[in-house]
Amino acid sequence: MADPRKTELADVADIWLNLWPGSNVALLNGMMQAIIKEGLENKAFIAQRTENFDELNKADYPPEMVSKITRVPAEKIVEAALLYARAAKAMIIYGLGITHHTTGTDGVMSLGNLALLTGNIGRRSTGVMPMRGQSNVQGACDMGALPNMYLGYQPISDSEVRTKFEKAWGLSLPQKPGLTSCEMIETMQQGKIKGLYILGEDPCQTDPDTDKVRRSLESLDFLVVQELFLTETTNYADVVLPAASFAECNGTFTSGERRIQRVRKAIAPLCGKENWQTICLIAQAMGYPMSYSNPAEIMDEISSLAPIFGGVSFKRLEGNGLQWPCPTPGHPGTEIMYTEKFSRPNGLAKFNQVDHKPSAEQPDDRYPLILTTGRRREHYDSGSMTRRCQGILQVWPEEKIEISPMDAQELDIIDGEEVVVRSRRGKVKVKVRVTDKSPRGVAFMAFHYQDALTNLLTNPALDPIAKTPEYKVCAICVEKIPQEAKEVVRK
Amino acid sequence: MDSMISLTIDNREVEVKRGASVLEAAQSVGVYIPTLCYHPSLEPFGACRLCVVEIEKMRGFPTSCTTPVAEGMVVHTDTPQLQQLRRSILELILTEHPQTCLTCPKNLNCELQRVAQYIGLNEISLPQLYKELPVKEDNPFFYRDYNLCILCGRCVRVCQEIRGVGAVAFTYRGSQALIGTAFDLPLLQAGCQFCGACIDVCPTGALIERSRRGWQALPERSVLTTCPYCGVGCQLRLEIKKGRIIGVTPELEAVVNQGQACVKGRFGIAEPIHHPDRLTTPLVRRNGKLEEATWEEAISQVAQRFTEIKERYGPDSLGAFSSSRCTNEENYLVQKLARTCFGTNNVDNCARI
Repeated sequence: MADPRKTELADVADIWLNLWPGSNVALLNGMMQAIIKEGLENKAFIAQRTENFDELNKADYPPEMVSKITRVPAEKIVEAALLYARAAKAMIIYGLGITHHTTGTDGVMSLGNLALLTGNIGRRSTGVMPMRGQSNVQGACDMGALPNMYLGYQPISDSEVRTKFEKAWGLSLPQKPGLTSCEMIETMQQGKIKGLYILGEDPCQTDPDTDKVRRSLESLDFLVVQELFLTETTNYADVVLPAASFAECNGTFTSGERRIQRVRKAIAPLCGKENWQTICLIAQAMGYPMSYSNPAEIMDEISSLAPIFGGVSFKRLEGNGLQWPCPTPGHPGTEIMYTEKFSRPNGLAKFNQVDHKPSAEQPDDRYPLILTTGRRREHYDSGSMTRRCQGILQVWPEEKIEISPMDAQELDIIDGEEVVVRSRRGKVKVKVRVTDKSPRGVAFMAFHYQDALTNLLTNPALDPIAKTPEYKVCAICVEKIPQEAKEVVRK
Repeated sequence: MDSMISLTIDNREVEVKRGASVLEAAQSVGVYIPTLCYHPSLEPFGACRLCVVEIEKMRGFPTSCTTPVAEGMVVHTDTPQLQQLRRSILELILTEHPQTCLTCPKNLNCELQRVAQYIGLNEISLPQLYKELPVKEDNPFFYRDYNLCILCGRCVRVCQEIRGVGAVAFTYRGSQALIGTAFDLPLLQAGCQFCGACIDVCPTGALIERSRRGWQALPERSVLTTCPYCGVGCQLRLEIKKGRIIGVTPELEAVVNQGQACVKGRFGIAEPIHHPDRLTTPLVRRNGKLEEATWEEAISQVAQRFTEIKERYGPDSLGAFSSSRCTNEENYLVQKLARTCFGTNNVDNCARI
């Protein structure tokens, strides 16, 4: 288990690699070097199923050097590497601790390298699996809610694909790739985006650098937000459309293991409309004939337009659903990917050697601590749902910044004391939890509460390829509130 | 080696996999053997002794849950002697179990009731004991009324075997034995993660969700669906009464979660969905304030303003954020809306966030 924080998993792990935030790539390179040095790489797999191994082989990451970057003892890195390499089957499960970095794509590629190096892919109980934080992260991407891809990862740049969609949808389609959500927010203040429709998202709470997000949304001519509740973002909306919850809609979610499963309507929509009906109404009012009699019909259109969903229909999703790719109506779905070939033209996986790069923002004298952000098990993202559960609020009533006992001592702060946390972008007033879960120099906050908007602090620097912000590393300082100030407030 | 075993249960030929228990073999052909401590998700425990059977050429009355099948076994599950034995065991359990079924939330949905019906008890000849334990209300999600506990140990085992947590264990001994936490701490401080697995496996009303008290105990119907929280895709049964969700039970048959859920899936669904803060009508900003509007008014304003912006600044001045919390069908329609009506590829979802 690799994590800068001593999470509950650290307690059950055989080895806990307590690496420094932002050193994932260095750690993985170090592990691979250790495996190669011991001759534990899977030579047959590398020869038959991969290419470009030489590039990886040439990389120079001796454990001592990796230990300096990651602050993990060299022996522990070697021990973990050998444990992974010697296992008959080993799986890599990763979360946003890998992707929420300006080197997020590099981190994922390194994980791929590690799996390829040991042949731990394409068999049951092996592979590289991202944990999906939301019910339909997989599906939202699968469905082409992406600026450069249509449904089923068919690129918009492919003219043949585009022609297919133009024929199906009955009009000519834009060729220019679009902007990602963070890029849209980035360009709003330059006047490039004037009108925005947001369905079920709260960027004012969940996107990095909240102040910038607010200014950006303010600069829009027209903002429509469709939501279950009023949120930080609806403050900036010109029109708020009520949304139906998952219990009020028919449809499907796709889990992290590519399993398409049914969402079934349990109660009538409180607002009178299922969300697909609302979207159709907007399209119709804009003059486009978008009309279906039910979500099963929408799925039929989806399966007719994407080869990987060719065999998917609501009828076939009873029971345990279907794992895509499922190209034909008789196909059982695909439990394990890449059993014989990888999805490159020559069928081989390619090693991509990547090098360690430091995080975009480093601590300095003014902002000496690193803030890394994440979630609490009991809460869910913006908290709009879980903050409305009395029981969950009793377990986690409020946000607290978690700092190590050493830092607390140096800052003369005690557990439960209220402090001001400042970064180059903003400040948040929050109570302190002193805990050895946080290593010295690293603080932690979640972003579930409206009265402690953690993302006022976070750095909006993006990964150059995936455009994912660096939520896991920003420089902060924790300031003690002077006693006099507190008394003034009290008076 | 042949991995299938043939045996006879109540004069029926049964074929099961090697390693199965006699109880599982019986269940596989629909022969009912009463049990209270056995649960399909858990290791056999052999505590309640109700599943005793007679096996020819074997001494005594072995518990069927802990006895593995063997080739040629001849098993009897329903002999007068077995029934007498089971009646005595049940009698002992019932002397310590309050007969307050009519006010128990588990009424009509109780495994102890079912077992008692099968065994058929005319009277309890032993004196009734009431433990007089206070109902534990030390956590926000469920009640623990150990007066109703029959010490089957399922909650202890599910917490340890399946969840790997071990928040509860057997405490004290003999007639004083109880289920409890270390040092009798409240569950909030005993490492409990409030997954609720113990509630599902409890055969009696000892562990009951707060939401299920009183008239809300039994749902009118249930709907199988996918959890709206993380991307694991747990299958949950939403239990509905009068248009409201009164309980959530994870689906045992689902390959993804096999009867498990987390605190959010189990206890975090009904409240937000029925919360008074839910938006139910469209809102339109008038003089700087969001005010209620009709659907017609809101939709026509949305269409009109987007069309104006598109005509004035071009299609790429519009954009859409779809959501990883929405269904595939909704996401498909949002990107279709952006690409057809807006005429732009400026569409993304929150996967990067």
